[in-house]
Amino acid sequence: MNWPAVRAIYLFEMARAWRTLLQSLVAPVISTSLYFVVFGAAIGSRLTVVEGVPYGAFIVPGLIMLSLLTQSIANASFGIYFPRFSGTIYEILSAPISPVEIVIGYVGAAASKSIVLGLVILATAALFVPLRIEHPLWMALFLVLTAVTFSLFGFVIGLWADGFEKLQLVPLLIVTPLTFLGGSFYSIDMLPPVWRAISLLNPVVYLVSGFRWSFYGQGDVAVGVSLAMAFLFLLICLGLVTWMFRTGYRLKT
Amino acid sequence: MSKERVRERTDRPARPFRAHRDVLDAAPDPLSPVGAMPPIISITGLSKVYASGFQALRSVNLEIRRGEIFALLGPNGAGKTTLIGIVCGIVSPTEGRVTVDGHDIRAAYRKTRRLIGLVPQELTTDAFETVWATVSFSRGLFGLKPDPGHVERVLKDLSLWEKRDSRIMTLSGGMKRRVLIAKALSHEPQVLFLDEPTAGVDVELRQDMWRLVRRLRDQGVTVILTTHYIEEAEEMADRVGVIRRGEIILVEEKAELMRKLGRKQLTLQLQSPLDALPPALAVHRLDLSADGSELTYTYDSQGERTGITALLTDLRAAGLRFRDLQTRQSSLEDIFVDLVKERA
Repeated sequence: MNWPAVRAIYLFEMARAWRTLLQSLVAPVISTSLYFVVFGAAIGSRLTVVEGVPYGAFIVPGLIMLSLLTQSIANASFGIYFPRFSGTIYEILSAPISPVEIVIGYVGAAASKSIVLGLVILATAALFVPLRIEHPLWMALFLVLTAVTFSLFGFVIGLWADGFEKLQLVPLLIVTPLTFLGGSFYSIDMLPPVWRAISLLNPVVYLVSGFRWSFYGQGDVAVGVSLAMAFLFLLICLGLVTWMFRTGYRLKT
Repeated sequence: MSKERVRERTDRPARPFRAHRDVLDAAPDPLSPVGAMPPIISITGLSKVYASGFQALRSVNLEIRRGEIFALLGPNGAGKTTLIGIVCGIVSPTEGRVTVDGHDIRAAYRKTRRLIGLVPQELTTDAFETVWATVSFSRGLFGLKPDPGHVERVLKDLSLWEKRDSRIMTLSGGMKRRVLIAKALSHEPQVLFLDEPTAGVDVELRQDMWRLVRRLRDQGVTVILTTHYIEEAEEMADRVGVIRRGEIILVEEKAELMRKLGRKQLTLQLQSPLDALPPALAVHRLDLSADGSELTYTYDSQGERTGITALLTDLRAAGLRFRDLQTRQSSLEDIFVDLVKERA
């Protein structure tokens, strides 16, 4: 393993986050605070308790998951797309570094940024609502697993995209709607049976459910199923990235 | 054994032997001529067909000697950048084999890439990072631990030290070109590819780069450069390769190339213009200028007989008097143009 190279990519990407602190950290925290104001104060005053949890606290795992998904994708996709766009990818391709090391560097940095963001949002939430975390290790596992999986997904998008428009296409048109419809702000048990069944086709439901279970000990689906689905998404993304590197897709001519 | 003795045994006594430790270690016999050492790069039957069907390279065979400056010349689209891209790992070959220092570029890509530094043709730099950060990043990428001392030396050599904390986007085009070279040198490569290194740079920077390339060669670094500026190859190269439509059509020592293909021209400025060439002079290869005031005689300077004596005798017999004369050696550019034209 070429660890100095992994370290170089990781630190280079993390340095970018520091340069764009306002966009990387401050903006998501402000957005999350606004969600608390809108959902927590406006809706929460009418819908006080969901499954025995105050509504304001109930939405915290979903809010963290929303930021985690979108920021993981954004960080990783931009991280690999920008060198492709600017042409500096030549340096990565001509370096003595394997695809696995490239992925560890870029995805590791994107996931790290998302995890830090998730923890900052958690701390922000604690200022608004009383929080409890019943299974902290599970929470950490879901946090890391989701950040890594969706960073890998972002990496795939960053390799696939051939323009800034495409870079935004999947996160805006697919991921964000799936997250909103994935039980971030409600329990899918509150939906009519047909919509509940349809919601179970949404992969985000399993992530939000598992993550919420680690907070309050209850979720829309069994935690084992959530974990299995999270690993399945991880394997799918790993498979895609492996295929892309093997074929040189959008990387080598 | 002294370096002086080693120098005496090389086939190029005018140039100091590149006593780089790696070069000596790799050679079977340090006393053998540079040309007898195993090549640093060996390319065999290399072809590349792009997905569009365009064949960029056609069964290219080429060997690059250790420590030489090799200039690869060719018109646009000849395959120079594709060739470099394959050796560096950026482009996948369709068929053929490339070894660097005896290692296959695919089977042992970590070993081969560690030996190579690449300065691309385009000014593809980061924008928001500082000069120091981007050069340090390149060093790490090639598997080396941080070495601020080395990075400092490289930046100072390239007159970038004062700009080390500047963001790259604030630098001029010439400075960005230097940054690309600094990045390529950050991991102390043994082989340096310079793809059109002086395209779009001013004369001063070009000469700076020439000095740098010579210094690198003296340190034992093999330099392969592609260029459109033939004078650049003429100024620096030890050997010249010409590529056209994906085929290497010539590889030759520059001096030998100049000797073999070089023509010389003698221009005579006549005291009185001529309407036409006198028939008595038809035996000589003479050209009369449009205004009739100049006669140009082309000859092979390496030939056994240049024909100049006979020409001057015939000119005198014809009663032609001239007020001045000058000779001109054909440049590498003339040779290159002739070569490419010949094969068209």
